[in-house]
Amino acid sequence: MTVNMTKGQAINLQKSDGGTLTAVRMGLGWQAAPRRGLFGSRTREIDLDASAVLFADKQPVDVVFFRHLVSDDGSVKHTGDNLVGGAGSGGDDEAILVDLQRVPVHIDQIVFTVNSFTGQTFQEVQNAFCRIVDETNGQELARYTLDGGGQYTAQIMAKVHRAGTGWRMTALGNPANGRTFQDLMPSILPHL
Amino acid sequence: MTAELVRGQNHTLPQTRLEIRVSAGSPVVAGATLGDENGVVRGAEWIAHPGSPQLPGLEVSQQAAAGHRLAVDLEALPETVHRVTVLLALPVGVGGPTRFGTTAAPFVAVTGLDGTEIATFTLTGLDAESAVSALELYRRQGAWKVRAVGQGYAAGLAEMLADQGLAGAAELAASIQEAVARSLARSVAPPPPRTPEGDRVRQASGPSDPGPAPAVPPQPPAASPVQPTAEPGTASAPTPGGPINYAHPRRQHAAPPTPPPTAPPAQPGQAAQPVAGDATGWSMDERLYNQIWGMFEDLARAAAAYRSAVDFAESRMDQELDRSLSDPRNRIGGAGDRAREEARAKRDELTARAREVLDRDLAQLAAEAAVVEPALPAAYAGWDNPVWHAHRIPMELPMALRLGDLHLPERTGLRIPLLVRLPLERGIWVDSGRTASEAAALLDSDRLRRLAMETAVLHAARLLAVYPPGEFSVHVIDPAGSAAGPLAPLVDACVLAGPPAAGPQGVASVLAHLTRRVDLVQMAVRAGAADSLPPDLDTGEQLLVVNDFPHGFDDRAVTQLRYLADEGPAVGVHLLMVADREDASAYGPVLDPLWRSLLRITPVADNHLADPWVGHAWTYEPPVTPPGSRVLEQVLAAVTAARRAAGR
Repeated sequence: MTVNMTKGQAINLQKSDGGTLTAVRMGLGWQAAPRRGLFGSRTREIDLDASAVLFADKQPVDVVFFRHLVSDDGSVKHTGDNLVGGAGSGGDDEAILVDLQRVPVHIDQIVFTVNSFTGQTFQEVQNAFCRIVDETNGQELARYTLDGGGQYTAQIMAKVHRAGTGWRMTALGNPANGRTFQDLMPSILPHL
Repeated sequence: MTAELVRGQNHTLPQTRLEIRVSAGSPVVAGATLGDENGVVRGAEWIAHPGSPQLPGLEVSQQAAAGHRLAVDLEALPETVHRVTVLLALPVGVGGPTRFGTTAAPFVAVTGLDGTEIATFTLTGLDAESAVSALELYRRQGAWKVRAVGQGYAAGLAEMLADQGLAGAAELAASIQEAVARSLARSVAPPPPRTPEGDRVRQASGPSDPGPAPAVPPQPPAASPVQPTAEPGTASAPTPGGPINYAHPRRQHAAPPTPPPTAPPAQPGQAAQPVAGDATGWSMDERLYNQIWGMFEDLARAAAAYRSAVDFAESRMDQELDRSLSDPRNRIGGAGDRAREEARAKRDELTARAREVLDRDLAQLAAEAAVVEPALPAAYAGWDNPVWHAHRIPMELPMALRLGDLHLPERTGLRIPLLVRLPLERGIWVDSGRTASEAAALLDSDRLRRLAMETAVLHAARLLAVYPPGEFSVHVIDPAGSAAGPLAPLVDACVLAGPPAAGPQGVASVLAHLTRRVDLVQMAVRAGAADSLPPDLDTGEQLLVVNDFPHGFDDRAVTQLRYLADEGPAVGVHLLMVADREDASAYGPVLDPLWRSLLRITPVADNHLADPWVGHAWTYEPPVTPPGSRVLEQVLAAVTAARRAAGR
């Protein structure tokens, strides 16, 4: 069952049978810009980027984004940069995989962000969403719709943080402006 | 509306925060120079380049790449700057193209921050140039404009910088190229991407089994006991003008490989039992290779997680200690001591948990290494592995070769084999310098040189033992005859192409011979006329072992050696240098590209190799034969016997 999350909502990352999650995927999908006229190469492509920032006690320790696809410890992996988007039919165009069991002991929060690298606001992007999936069985845990989201070029999506021995996810859904995760750092910090 | 500029045309810029995108057919270095109102670059601090990528208002990439995005904020530039020149240069000494004429025309675009293009320019018509100033952004009556320049320089960056009035242009250009090459030279190359048919297909180094005249088809030796199924290697010979044969030259059939062994399902609560060959691949050889690279990466990342946690624990404790010291309430009573105790306890607790995770990972990798190591084929195995005692010279080239072991200080007993792909893509430099490492500094110079040569002999012997008979020749240059001792096993077994060359005449004749070979094979490959090579030419792979460089080398010989280092690997001529860089210091920086192009290893353990993922400093352990063992002599005897049997 998919939870359509609302801002600030927190869910435990636990399986329905009570076992804890071991791997999650943050998926991001959007529809490619329509081809413009005869010269398709002049289409104003839409490039959204998914990033994950790893924090230890509110200090950024590592970042996974299109220039650094695997965190140094190997626990967080980006599957690769998509520069144009997809069919808009609900498939992930970019994904970040987190192996929760391999996350280093001092990392207590992982924040996921989405930015528009080419500068279009989410209002101009069709069929954009991001979601969190249990990677072991493909079950969708949470989903956000991004399009029609107003004059913003970025969103601080969600954070996954340690709670007791397991992990918890909090939906943040905070709009922001910026081109890459660096621009978003001031907006991320209040959410830690 | 995008302005498509032609050379010399200019265009007004509507905004001052810009991005300049560069795309080129091969990796290029991108940089920018600032000029004053007379167009003069006032000093090295007015240049943004990979070695110094940031200036106020300007940032360039730190490495060579086929695509760049340069950020420019014209408002943030100093008032005295009236001109920003964007320049591109081909990196030197990394094996790429050396002139823009052989690459696709570079394209530059000035865009706004939202990616909309303001002006674009395609740099066509370049030929022998290796550096080019692409665009100029300049002030004109208070506004900024862009002009398409496209001025190329055949003598490269140095000439371009000198043209802009910079004193010391040559030194700076060299330091830029150095910065670009440094990251490349200091890292172990990542494993090449895996493609099912791309693996192990040998590069066109000439036909591997040439028929001297087309009328005489090459015959497999009739009475060859170790070659029961060998086919004549005609399939691997490039057929000039004919259709390209995409089939693997030696693979007989394309049936799917036998499935790899997989680990049995783990008992609940326990890690799975490791199995040798538990990785993807078309053969056991390839699976083990992939498994070892997987272990290498896992160990690098496990250590990165541990080190990051420990660093964090230390820095948090330092902060807490500082805070407790500056808190006036802590100056009386035991409050301060308690706070400090607590800070230390927190550090210890986190470090202990990180260590626990690391120990779990290390134990798993150690268990895997314990099953993988005995299962390795000779090319991957240590000299103490029993597989060497029953070694037969193979009919197929293995995928990779073990150069030694790597380990990290977290657990020095956990050794990862350092495997490099065959045919060698890079030459090897066994550093016999005493200043090269701590362990080397403890040995006297003669002992170290002897050790270095012994290590080189082990590498050469291993290469001889894993190449099919007759497909690998070793030439030795030993100008002063100082390495007769270490070379004795190779000389006694008669596996060298000739006696070690001594004196300047020897050096010159070996180099001339190999230079001619590189030259001829290159011409033949370019012309697609592999069958027109002279019949006396040995088209097998060649290894040149050079001891005591630059003793016995004149300028001409040094130039020939550099030519072999640059052009040789692509046509099957490889270098194994045993040298102390200090000995060649008289040549100055002209030899730097040579040293950088070689993979540097040491005759004693030394922590200088970086992994391609995280960049830890790994300790390299050179190969050694077990004390008292005759394995080297036995293996070389097997090489001689196999050659005789193959009729070479």
